[in-house]
Order: sequence, then structure tokens, then C-alpha cells
Amino acid sequence: MFSSDKLPGAASAVAGVIAIAVFAMVLLRIHDQWGLLALGVIGGIALLLAVRTGAAAHFERAFAAHERLMNGVVVVAFLGVIAVLAKEDFSLLILSTVLLYCVACMGLTVQLGYCGVMNFAGAAFFGAGAYTAAVLGGHTSLPHLLVVLAGGLVAGLLGSVLLLPVLRTRGHYAALITVAFGILFRSFLDVNNTLGGPQGLTVPGMTIFGWSLNQGLAIGGITLSFYVNYALVTLALAIVVYTVTRRLERSWVGMHFDAVRIDELAASTFGLNVQGLKIMAFVIGNVFAGMAGAVFAMMTGFISPTDFDFPTSLVLIAIIMLGGIGNLWGILPAAAFVLILPEKLQAIQEYRFLLYAGAVILVLLYRSAGLFPRRLRRHFPPKAVS
Amino acid sequence: MDIGFLAQYVLSGIMLGVVYAMVAVGFTLYFGVLDVINFSHGDVLTAGAFVSLATYLGLRATGIDSPVVVLMIMLVVALGSMALLGVLIAKFFVLPLRHAPPFITLLITLMVGIAIRESIRLFYPSGSNPQSFPQLLPKTAYHWGNLIVRQDTLILILTGLAVIALVNLFINHTRAGLAIRAVAQDGETAKVMGINFEWIVLLAFALGSALAALAGVMNGLYYNEVNFGTGLMLGIIGFCAAVVGGLGNIYGAILGGFLFALLQTIVVVAVPSLTAYKDVFAFGVIILLMVIKPTGLIGEVSSERV
Repeated sequence: MFSSDKLPGAASAVAGVIAIAVFAMVLLRIHDQWGLLALGVIGGIALLLAVRTGAAAHFERAFAAHERLMNGVVVVAFLGVIAVLAKEDFSLLILSTVLLYCVACMGLTVQLGYCGVMNFAGAAFFGAGAYTAAVLGGHTSLPHLLVVLAGGLVAGLLGSVLLLPVLRTRGHYAALITVAFGILFRSFLDVNNTLGGPQGLTVPGMTIFGWSLNQGLAIGGITLSFYVNYALVTLALAIVVYTVTRRLERSWVGMHFDAVRIDELAASTFGLNVQGLKIMAFVIGNVFAGMAGAVFAMMTGFISPTDFDFPTSLVLIAIIMLGGIGNLWGILPAAAFVLILPEKLQAIQEYRFLLYAGAVILVLLYRSAGLFPRRLRRHFPPKAVS
Repeated sequence: MDIGFLAQYVLSGIMLGVVYAMVAVGFTLYFGVLDVINFSHGDVLTAGAFVSLATYLGLRATGIDSPVVVLMIMLVVALGSMALLGVLIAKFFVLPLRHAPPFITLLITLMVGIAIRESIRLFYPSGSNPQSFPQLLPKTAYHWGNLIVRQDTLILILTGLAVIALVNLFINHTRAGLAIRAVAQDGETAKVMGINFEWIVLLAFALGSALAALAGVMNGLYYNEVNFGTGLMLGIIGFCAAVVGGLGNIYGAILGGFLFALLQTIVVVAVPSLTAYKDVFAFGVIILLMVIKPTGLIGEVSSERV
């Protein structure tokens, strides 16, 4: 049906992205439970058909072959979705949350997916950024773009405390360090009254160059939801982080990360600075998580310790696991699945953790590389045949 | 500080240490035979406590009210069902992924743990609220100055210590224990020697999970309350204890369990104003200890084949 020896053209990839964007748009707009169910069934059948006829594999190859073009198409698709949802607060909030989780998960991907450094405290670094935003945003007049950066830096610094233990230990012992740190962070927030204790803190909204994001844009007499602003900012953050991560992956550093992950000992015999690379991956990942956390705090306006507890760290891990460890594009559908589904289907909201756990267990048992496994790295982009 | 108060803290510290050590022994057993971390362990503990609670309610409904009989039946049901649950977890989630990277087994057991925890919360009647656990042991108190010792505390501590000693005896002085140690040392060679590898792994999981169930019941009897999250914290503490002691070493697990209890108690005794920070302190010290001794206090002897 679809020949496999020729590289597919861009048209099919664009069509695929448009189809997915339209699906996401409809999904985010429908609130009727029966409508959602019908949409789920339609989506499921479409996905099954796409996989069966080979269209899904075709789309994937077409997407990879024209990545530069497709990056642009995806951004345009996102802008389109935001434009359509421009007056719906809740849908935009979910969309922005998905994007922020994607950013945090890209951080985890650098750590776990590229360099093989375990981190079970993702939510703690996300939280470090969020609390930094709350403190700096509430008590200083630091420009908010710098606050976001500061959130990342604080998370990175906090992670540096763990560098020595993370470097000295391996395997299960290293897992313990981050698990213990995640619990420590949460219980510290719970008992520390200066940071609001269990009641949490309120966070002022974001202002960029005098433009208050909590004020809805008015275009041609129509006032848009102020979440449009946040959706745009989170999209911008996601683009920046994606670009950095992708460049990192394609560079020599990324290659060295892979070597360290696959075999530390072999990597060190080839003269790679294993410790230095691990430090780099760990710090970069935490900075990403921290920046996402800072924007998250300013967007929701309120944070409390429960937002950053151990189960949240597991949700982050579940996302990169479902998406396929190391596969950047896998994160988006996985995050959308994990975050949107329970929000939309009120009937399963209660059962969401049980469902995540079940989904991850099934993936691990039957497809342990994730739903969309990372492909082998290509050193030279192949010539596309249209 | 008054010696009586001090003794009081020591006693409650020992009680905590006994429970932690029992949980840690489970982790170390699993790690010994399969080199895996079974993160669902803590939630097996919760499930054990809830099963025994349900058994208690069932027995009360049928009119049996002799505390000793009730407690015995509760223990048999809870330990038996959790041993079975442990075997099922090993059989369907851990053994199939034996050759996968450690991260994968860690993750799948974490998810199994969440599934157990959430199932309790959602499907036990009003499971999201704390449930009161029956007071079944005699609570006559003895007074020595400021020290108040209740009979139930003494019984729990002695039971815990006895069980730990028994497990130790089982591992080090029986044929089955020998087989477990053989598998722990070298699974391949143990197979060649005619040991049924899978049976021994399942035995270790059954033993560890039954211990967790017992720890859950003891924890319930001590605090007279269980909730669906009980096992999460206990499991993580037990994991820390096992790792700090040195994974795969049963003495290490016991040492680690009492060490963690000691750390928590020290904060409460030495700086009462910082009592709320006792977990922060304990986990902080654990991380520090890992820096000094990266493979635990009684280190796992490891050599790497390249």
C-alpha cells in the first residue's frame, strides 16, 4: 500500500498533523459525556485503521523525513487550536498545562532518556521553580521573564545538592536518592510556615514588558480568554526548550550522553568524562523542570505542596514511559492522554491514578520501549523524495 | 531530661524500628533473590492491614468476640492473602521482566503499588477516609516514674523482635533458607545444583509479603488507625532502610530500620521545636549516608564483569 523503500513526501505528514489538531480541537471543545464517548470511539477506530493500513508508520516516517518543516507545521497547528479555543478558559488551561508538563518531561528525557540518570523527584524540581516564582513574584519586582529563568536556576541549584550522591551511587541506590529527596522536599514544604505550609501560596500573574497576562486580549470588540496569553507563553517556552533539547541530542554532547547511558564503563574507556556528562544532563533537566514550574505557578495563581508530591513525579515518569523513553515527539501525545482524558471524562476523574497505573503496566509488559519508541539516531538527513 | 521520658521515647523508637525493619527485610529478600526493587511492598502492607480489618468486621458480624481468636483469624487471613498477592505480583509483573533494565522493574512495581493503593481508596467502603483499627490487645499500663508502658506496646515489640529473629533463623538455618541464599548469590549456579529457581523466588516474595502484612496489622494495632496511604510512607522508609543497610543483606535491613527510627527519635528528643522536621532530617541523613557509603552500611559485595 505504502512503499517502504522510498521516503514519503511532506504532504501526508501535514495531513496527519492537521487531522490530529482537528481531533484535539474537537476533544477540547466537547463537554457532553456521550459526545466524548463517541469521539473516543471514532478516534480509537481511526487510530486502529491507521495502524492496520500502515498509514501511521507512513506518517511517522514522513514526519521524521521533513522534521524542519513539520516543526513549523506543528506550531501553526497549535496556534490554530488556540485560536479556535480562544474564549474557553478551561480548555486553554488544560492545553497550557499539557505543554508545561511536556517541558518538564523534556527535562526528564535529557536525564533519563539520553544520559540514563534516574530522577524520581521530577515534581520536586518542578515545585522548586513554582515556589521560586511565588516568592520572587510576590516579594520582589524582578521582571517576570527573569523570574522564570530564576525558577529554572533554583531548581538546578537544588539539584546540585544531589550531584554528589547521584554520581557516587548507581542503579537502585541512585533511585533511592531521588525518591528520598522527593519525599524530603514535599514534607519540608508541608511543615515550613514561611512557604505557606500545607495551605500553599498565592502567586501573582505574569507580566511581560508591562503586558499583564491576566488581562484578556481584546481584538475587534471581542475579549479573548486571558488563558490565550498563557497558552502562547507556554507554547513559546515549549518551543525554546524543544529546540535546545533537539540541538543537544543532535550534537556531540547528545552522542556522548547515549554512550554513557548504554555503557558507562565503555564510555569512560573511550575517554568520555562520564561524571561531567551526568552532571550536565542532571542540571539541564532540572532547569527545564524548574522553568516549567515557574510558569505553572504564575498561570494557576496558587500552589500548594500537594501539587508537587511523589505521585506527581510518577505521573511525569509515566508520561515519558508511555511516549517512549528518549523520544521527544512521543511526550506530547502521552502528556495529552494522561492529562486531558481524566479532566474531560468526569466519570473517570476519580479513577485516574488507577488508569495511569494500568496503562503503564500494560505498556511495560507488552511494549517496554514505550508506545512510540525512539528511533536510532541518523547522522545525515536523508534526501526526501516527493 | 528526665530518664523516664527518655525511656518513653526509646520505647516508641524501638516500636517504629521493629515495623521499619520488618518492611526492610522484605525489600532485601526480593533484592537478594532477583536483584529487583519491589516498590509495591508498602502497598501490600496497607492491603494486609485492610484485609485484616475487613476480617475483623466480618467476624464481629458473625458474633465471635474473643479477642485472641479474632486476632488469630485476622492474622491468618491477612498473612495468607498477602503471601498470595506477593506470589501473584512476582509471577505476573516481576518475573516476566527479569531481564529488562532495572528501571523497568522498578517502574512496574511502583505502578502495581499505585494500582493496589488506588483500589483500596476507591473500592473499600469510604476507603479515602482513615479507618479506625480495633483495639484487640490488652492495654493495661505499667507506671515507673514518668515511664508508662502499655501491655499492647510490649506485646507488639516482643512479637516483632521474635518474628525478625525467626526470619533470620529461617534464612540462615533451614534448607529452604539455604536455597534462598543460594539463589541470591548466583541464580544460574543454584539452578545447576537442582534448586527450582522460580519456586524459590516465589517463596521469597510470599515470605516478604506476609511480613509486610504482619507489619501492617501491627502498625494498625499500635496506632488504632489505617488509611490507604499508610503503606506509601512505610514502604519508602523501609526501602531507605534496606538500601542504607545494604541491599540483599538481612542484618543490614534490620540495622537500617532501627537507624531510621533512631534518626526520627533523635530529632524529637533533642530539638522538640523541630519535631515537624523529623522526616526531613531523617531522609537528609539517609542521603548523606549514601554519599559516604554508596552501597550501604553493610555493603553489597559487587564485582562487575565486563
